[in-house]
Amino acid sequence: MAAKNGEMLQGTLDMLVLRTLIMGDAHGHTIAKVIESTSEDVLEVEQGSLYPALHRLEDRGWVSSYWGASENNRKAKYYRLTAAGRKQLTVETGRWRQMARAIGLILGEAE
Amino acid sequence: MSLLRFFRRKRSDAAVIQEIELHLAQETEDNIALGMNREEARRHAHLKFGSPRRVREEVWQQNSLALFEDIWRDLRYAISSLAKTPGFTIVAVLIMALGIGANTALFTIVRSVLLKPLPFNDPDRLVQLYEKSPGGARPYNYVAPGMYAAWKKQAPSVEQMAIYGTDSINLSGDGGQLPEKIRYAECSWNLFSMLGVQPALGRFFLQSEDRSDANGAVVLTHSLWIRRYGGSAAIVGKTILLDARPYTVIGVLPAWFNYPDTRTQLWAPIYHEKGPEQMQVVDNHNFFVVARLRPGATMAQALSEVDTAEKRVHMDHPTPFTGIAANARTLLDGLVHDSKAQLYVLLAATGCVLLIACLNVANLLVARSASRRKETAIRAALGGSRWRLLREQMTESVTLAIAGGALGLPLAWLGAHWLAQSRADLARAEAVHMDDIAILFGLGVIAVSGVIAGLIPAMSFMRGPLLEPLQESSRTNSAGRGRTRLRKLLLVAEVALTVVLLTSAGLLLKSYQHLRSSDLGCATHNILTMNFSLPEVRYGTSEKVASFYEKLLPQLRAVPGVDAAGIVTALPGHGYGGDSRFSIPEHPTPGNGAVQDALVRGADPGYFKSLQIPLVRGRFFEDRERLANARSVIVSESFAREYFPNENPVGKHLRTRDIRGVPPEGFEIVGVVGNTLWSLTESESPTLYFPLASGGWPAASIAVRSERDPSNLALPIQRVLAQLDPDLPVSDVLTMEQSIGKSTLDASFTSLLVLTFAVVALLLAAVGLYGVLSYLVTQRTSEIGIRIALGAQRGEVLRLMLLDGLSPAWVGLGLGLLAGGFVVRLIREMLYGVQPLDWSVFAAVALMLIAVATMACAIPAWRASRLDPMRALRTE
Repeated sequence: MAAKNGEMLQGTLDMLVLRTLIMGDAHGHTIAKVIESTSEDVLEVEQGSLYPALHRLEDRGWVSSYWGASENNRKAKYYRLTAAGRKQLTVETGRWRQMARAIGLILGEAE
Repeated sequence: MSLLRFFRRKRSDAAVIQEIELHLAQETEDNIALGMNREEARRHAHLKFGSPRRVREEVWQQNSLALFEDIWRDLRYAISSLAKTPGFTIVAVLIMALGIGANTALFTIVRSVLLKPLPFNDPDRLVQLYEKSPGGARPYNYVAPGMYAAWKKQAPSVEQMAIYGTDSINLSGDGGQLPEKIRYAECSWNLFSMLGVQPALGRFFLQSEDRSDANGAVVLTHSLWIRRYGGSAAIVGKTILLDARPYTVIGVLPAWFNYPDTRTQLWAPIYHEKGPEQMQVVDNHNFFVVARLRPGATMAQALSEVDTAEKRVHMDHPTPFTGIAANARTLLDGLVHDSKAQLYVLLAATGCVLLIACLNVANLLVARSASRRKETAIRAALGGSRWRLLREQMTESVTLAIAGGALGLPLAWLGAHWLAQSRADLARAEAVHMDDIAILFGLGVIAVSGVIAGLIPAMSFMRGPLLEPLQESSRTNSAGRGRTRLRKLLLVAEVALTVVLLTSAGLLLKSYQHLRSSDLGCATHNILTMNFSLPEVRYGTSEKVASFYEKLLPQLRAVPGVDAAGIVTALPGHGYGGDSRFSIPEHPTPGNGAVQDALVRGADPGYFKSLQIPLVRGRFFEDRERLANARSVIVSESFAREYFPNENPVGKHLRTRDIRGVPPEGFEIVGVVGNTLWSLTESESPTLYFPLASGGWPAASIAVRSERDPSNLALPIQRVLAQLDPDLPVSDVLTMEQSIGKSTLDASFTSLLVLTFAVVALLLAAVGLYGVLSYLVTQRTSEIGIRIALGAQRGEVLRLMLLDGLSPAWVGLGLGLLAGGFVVRLIREMLYGVQPLDWSVFAAVALMLIAVATMACAIPAWRASRLDPMRALRTE
């Protein structure tokens, strides 16, 4: 994949969001928290950049959204993974694994 | 959907704000739970989130850009896929350019000539009034001046009524300028104010100038003022000589005023030009009448009023020539009726061509989409929506249409100008230019043709299962039957339209050839003609007129290169020239008021010989038959047949009151000559010839015959005339072929254009047939391979494929001939000497179409019959 750096990072965020939603519908704040905690706080995204990403994914039909009540009973926009999003996640994940393995090979870490 | 998002950016922004607020609130609460105080927790939440404003901006931008991104992506996709098949793309763009260009050009002309209102004040209230000729041969006949006077008194729904007529007049040389014969118009004083025209200079006529005892006054057109008087304002108040009589120039018309045509050069008051008794005649139809309706009055009211007045006049003057009914149409209709039918026929023809072009491009696109069926199916399986596929298809066809339009609109501009220039005789041709409406029309045509060409192929995937191609095994031979049916239907429509165009073109062409070859009844090759008219002031007596001709003729015949020369008042093919009633003293007066009427001409003794009009009986005129001795008349064969069916007319007599100096016993018929036509498009009329030397014919045409091209005789002959009378202008110096060519020009022009369109349509249909059959052959390659492998004869295969390919041509031909039978009735009035249902034209069209279709189908069919079965079976 001959992608530029920025695009790859953007793609990565999208993939992480999709991955998070596999565990169930969530609103923006939950998604940010999950990404942070499951990556052991390594991937600390600027939380604001999550929202343009969510809207982008919704446009592409990979996630859908609905308004619901949050944990503290506030009105919140929930996101849900669509079938197309699930497919996309498989594609992205496969691609990411391949790439990670290739990079690992180059760096000689494949003991 | 990006379009939706584009228009919902505001709503989406509000949602983002809400989301951000919730996020910050939750983060703050989390932080408080971690032990921060409220203020610190808020600050941390904001820090972690980044700028909410930037987030909102980014979402907003995404929503805006998505639309353009989508369009751009589709466009790039369309362009790159079109670029992959440059042959197809070039053909499709050219086809579109042709269709769009021709339509826009014709629309520009039709709009400028037929649809734009006249530049007059409140033109909707202007109408033109006519008499119906007795017997109804001419429903919109000229009006007699006495009838106009009667109408004017008895039409309360008309606010103003004006009369005008056109004639030619000699404008004398002055200030070093040559004398010239110009076309001028005479009108009642109120014409200009009725139309609502303001003078560019000076003033228009007063009522007191519109009388026979007033001093002469003229108004110049702008073009004459510029051309002859250098646009000098000092011309107002000056005196000029017309037919050697003095006229004061009182005003100049504005430059845009070219009513009723561009040839009219100056205007004079009609009651000054024509004597009072001439203006009371009720049965001499010579003039045009225009009227302005009162506000609120309708044309029908005005017509019924003048019709009643007309019938009253007819009761008072019950001659066979007094009109009995009036007629009316709008001023614009009156001006453009001659070109109307032709223009609409041309517009319809270009419309057909555009439709065929769209069908053809659609057909090509169906073929392309067929070759991409599997790709489409895979994309559909991966979640690509039908809408998305439709959008791509439309982007492709609209891109083609836009490229075609980019080429076609400049073509239209050129075409419209070329048409207007080559048809200067077209009424209002000077008004032709491409305005914003015409350009809008062109853009509309682009959009519509793009959509039509895209929707037809899209129909095939908007309907029915998309995934079917994936389930088809590679050996399926019924593949894409639906698409093939669609393509065949398109072809049937294309062929049918082509047949309609071809039959119309064939009929027009045949009619034109009829015109070309119709026999005027005289020599037309190597003949030079010119007109002059002797002004009454200097040639007031018969003696002067006769002696001018007698001096002129020998000098003409002495010019080197002239084989024969003759003078007549109206040459064959040069127009009506005047008629007269007569009686035959030897015959009883015909009962029941039947009209005896014939064309009249004055001719010199050598005229018939020089134009090679044959003498059937008797003799020509002789030189001694001059002035009072001019007591003879020569009649045409048709005259002899009609009025002397079973007797010899020679020696009988004719009485007529319109010819000067009728001898008491009447004119003696001394000869019978061959028939001539007064117009190529009109039927022959019985004609009487009187001796020119009677002195009663001051206006005449010269015709000289030569061995060689007669054009270079023009100068020596004009020199001869100038020696006799330096102030005498001549006009219309043309060869006979040129001057009669004018009447065939219209016909040739229209028929040639329609023929061009028909040929284009035929080519397009041939391309379509070829494309469909090639596609069929490719589709059925393996089937054909199996057939051949199982022992089918190659001839059999050829026949099978030809029949398959030709079936849409046959069906289209049948439909087209049927439709053509109805359509040609619409162009009946443009046909001369040809029946609308001319079987030879229909047969020729059918033969030609079948021949072209067979050729188009032969190549793919032949290719199919040559298939190597082994290779064919291995193709998949």
